[in-house]
Amino acid sequence: MQAMVIDDSRAMRAILRRIVTELGFDCTEAGDGQEALDKMKAGEVPDLCLVDWNMPVLDGLSFIQAVRGTAEWRHITLMMVTTEGEQAQIVRALAAGAHEYVIKPFTPDAIEDKLQLLGLVGVRA
Amino acid sequence: MTTTTTATEVSSSDLKSIAQFVENRSAILCPEDKYYLFEARLRPVLRKHEVADLGVLAAALRTGPAPALAEAVIEAMTTNETSWFRDVHPFEAIKTGIIPELVAARGSTKKLAIWSAACSTGQEIYSLAMMLDMQFPELGNWDVSLHGTDINLEVLAQAKSARYSALEVNRGLPAQYLARYMERDGASYVLSERIRSRAKFEQLNFVGPWPVMPRFDLVLCRNVLIYFDIDVRARIVRKIRDTLSPGGYLVLGSSETSIGDVDGFSRVVFGRTTVYRKEAR
Repeated sequence: MQAMVIDDSRAMRAILRRIVTELGFDCTEAGDGQEALDKMKAGEVPDLCLVDWNMPVLDGLSFIQAVRGTAEWRHITLMMVTTEGEQAQIVRALAAGAHEYVIKPFTPDAIEDKLQLLGLVGVRA
Repeated sequence: MTTTTTATEVSSSDLKSIAQFVENRSAILCPEDKYYLFEARLRPVLRKHEVADLGVLAAALRTGPAPALAEAVIEAMTTNETSWFRDVHPFEAIKTGIIPELVAARGSTKKLAIWSAACSTGQEIYSLAMMLDMQFPELGNWDVSLHGTDINLEVLAQAKSARYSALEVNRGLPAQYLARYMERDGASYVLSERIRSRAKFEQLNFVGPWPVMPRFDLVLCRNVLIYFDIDVRARIVRKIRDTLSPGGYLVLGSSETSIGDVDGFSRVVFGRTTVYRKEAR
């Protein structure tokens, strides 16, 4: 399984990369939504995107809308990972097509729990 | 591996020592407002390693604990966190197997009673409450009672308040539920009054006298029995059996697949989950 971490913070990308790599994903990174879209158009299409909300050039919500608007990318699982914790924002992200939502700060277990809910990783015995 | 068994009183500096040890070894931060969790999480470790109390444990951690004890403390503090819909599969079994069966069987009385026997800070019973609300709208005119018990009064206080940090709501709560049932209040998230008011909580020590219990249709007693020896475990399961209505279900933790020689139950498998149904007598 291929994951893409999309976040303008290099430190956050490194943290998320380490978590999903330990869960068995191959991982690529992008520094904003537009860079992610460019990589995907060039053929680097992941199964899972972990997307920050507030990023330069193209924000996470616009990225999700762009992915959901493209038929051949409908299979991609989209998980918002953001400091935006207001209920209204969560509702907006889900309405735009995000499958899951993690509020920063989070523990590595939180990412694993959500991926279990999505059926992308198994439940540990 | 054992350590000294002399009992001492736990002080705030002892709790700080434990927090510091956990932080040094695991990078998990234990802020002071979470110190109350130590007792609930570390109690099984104290028993297993024959450590008298948290004060003795703190002293051992300060002076260099035996590797097995150090590992057990870290494990207890880092992997036993309560999460929403913990382990996923049992909740699938409840949603797709147990509740539909109980709804059909209890249709004449329209009553359903559910007990989370070691409810900790409430995530298990509230996960069920939200699931019933979202997935079983036909229960809207039923008398559904939800009970949570735990030995620890401080975790019960949090369960009653239904107030959780962002770290806690991140642990397994599906975003749809987060958006629908949690209200943000500063840095916390509070479960909506409509769901919160459906659950009642009280203290219960499994090995002490039990209060008068209602008859339950579903009991969850997960990841607790493993900390008791086999005789005590059987005694607890018998007492739980006696609180169950005929046809009611007992759900244990995923690593607790056996109820020993306790009779009166049939083993039932729903998908990847094994549960126990009380036989009709």
